[in-house]
Amino acid sequence: MNQTMAKGGMFSGLANPTRFLGLVRRVLPTMIAVTVALFAVGLWLSFTSEADYQQGDTVRIMYIHVPAAWLSMMCYVVMAFAALGTLVWRHPLADVAHKAAAPIGAAFTFLALLTGSLWGKPMWGAWWVWDARLTSVFILFLMYLGIIALHRAVDEPARAARLAAILILIGVVNIPIIKFSVDWWNTLHQPASVIRLDGPTIDPVFLWPLAVMALAYTFAFFTMHLAAMRNEILRRRVSAMRRVAASRAEAPRMTH
Amino acid sequence: MWALYRRDVLLSVRAGGGALVGLLFFLSVVAVVPFGVGPDLALLARIGPAMVWIAVLLSTLIGLDRMFRAERDDGSLDILKMRDEPLVLIVLVKCLAHWTGYVLPLVILSPAMGLLMNIDPAGLGAAFVTLFVGSPAITFIGAAGAAIAVSLPRGGLLVPILILPLSIPVLIFGVGASYAVTSDIDPFLPPFLLLTAITLFFAVVGPVAAAVALRQADD
Repeated sequence: MNQTMAKGGMFSGLANPTRFLGLVRRVLPTMIAVTVALFAVGLWLSFTSEADYQQGDTVRIMYIHVPAAWLSMMCYVVMAFAALGTLVWRHPLADVAHKAAAPIGAAFTFLALLTGSLWGKPMWGAWWVWDARLTSVFILFLMYLGIIALHRAVDEPARAARLAAILILIGVVNIPIIKFSVDWWNTLHQPASVIRLDGPTIDPVFLWPLAVMALAYTFAFFTMHLAAMRNEILRRRVSAMRRVAASRAEAPRMTH
Repeated sequence: MWALYRRDVLLSVRAGGGALVGLLFFLSVVAVVPFGVGPDLALLARIGPAMVWIAVLLSTLIGLDRMFRAERDDGSLDILKMRDEPLVLIVLVKCLAHWTGYVLPLVILSPAMGLLMNIDPAGLGAAFVTLFVGSPAITFIGAAGAAIAVSLPRGGLLVPILILPLSIPVLIFGVGASYAVTSDIDPFLPPFLLLTAITLFFAVVGPVAAAVALRQADD
């Protein structure tokens, strides 16, 4: 067993769902603990740090809003890699990975849109503005919903995964559009101020809570993703067992 | 290839084809707009090009479901898959045929629809030209959606949902270029060239994705 694992590398070693479930069981409690601790520190920093001289206390919305927006994109990138895993390497866990990630990504996107709207009302005077960044994130949200709908529409998990993988890979075009939309089009949304080639232009007072919150969100994503993948594997096992049980119950009647 | 193209175009134009349904749907959408926003001619003229674009987009999305479904139902899709030509090429030809038979009539009729919306001649021309260049992009990317949905029992309604988010950039630049003609401030060429680029991009991506999806659908 160890030999095959060494030969195939980490990812093909995890192709065995039972081994994956064992890993999740060992790792998940630690990850939950780290996530909770990071959120505690991050939220404390967010609420106690200085208010902005111009925006006042509403600047604290940023600590919820910006990491959610980052994670909404990262989740899609994770899904795109999983989609490659489905189509190219036919890795059995890749199917589960992008199916489990889609609702989480939709939730992060929705959170980003919602908090952005709440932030936009006092800052821009409007709940919603059709500028490039907002529109492209809204498209991302629609794509998540479309992928979820496609997964639900196909009964057979393996075929649903392959079709969804194609859709995910077509939609990946949108990710660079979202990332660079604030640089390409001069719109209301402010340009990137943290992840830039020439270093962040944001004041360290705001950068620290933001960084901790971003880390907390990232851990929250991976915790939820692993848990959702575990649930999906268990759900498939239950439905497989039900099918076997149903066919056994059917068998004696047929012979009569 | 030419025979396949001819056959598909004729199928959509002749009896039982969807081209007429698409045209009627297009007419209905354009006719419904003045009821919704009120019969103010100045307002209609301003939003006219955008409304014609949206009507064409919706009519195209409605018609996409037929692209592969009949072939799948009567089994000729499997024959197409077994041909010597690459499946991508066959899909591309089918896209072009679908565009000629189903979308092109909408585009040709769009100036007449624009008259109903009180658009001035320059705006009519702009809407026609941008639609002519931009509508193939919707067909190409729609082919991927139709191919994904073809194996689903109730895939018909899913195609517009899957394709609409992806076709929003086409709409943005198409409408942007049409507006540029009627207003003096905005330049026409940049959005128009971006529209052309999107069409060329989807001409490659759409058929490839559709071919992969068709191959995946049956095993």
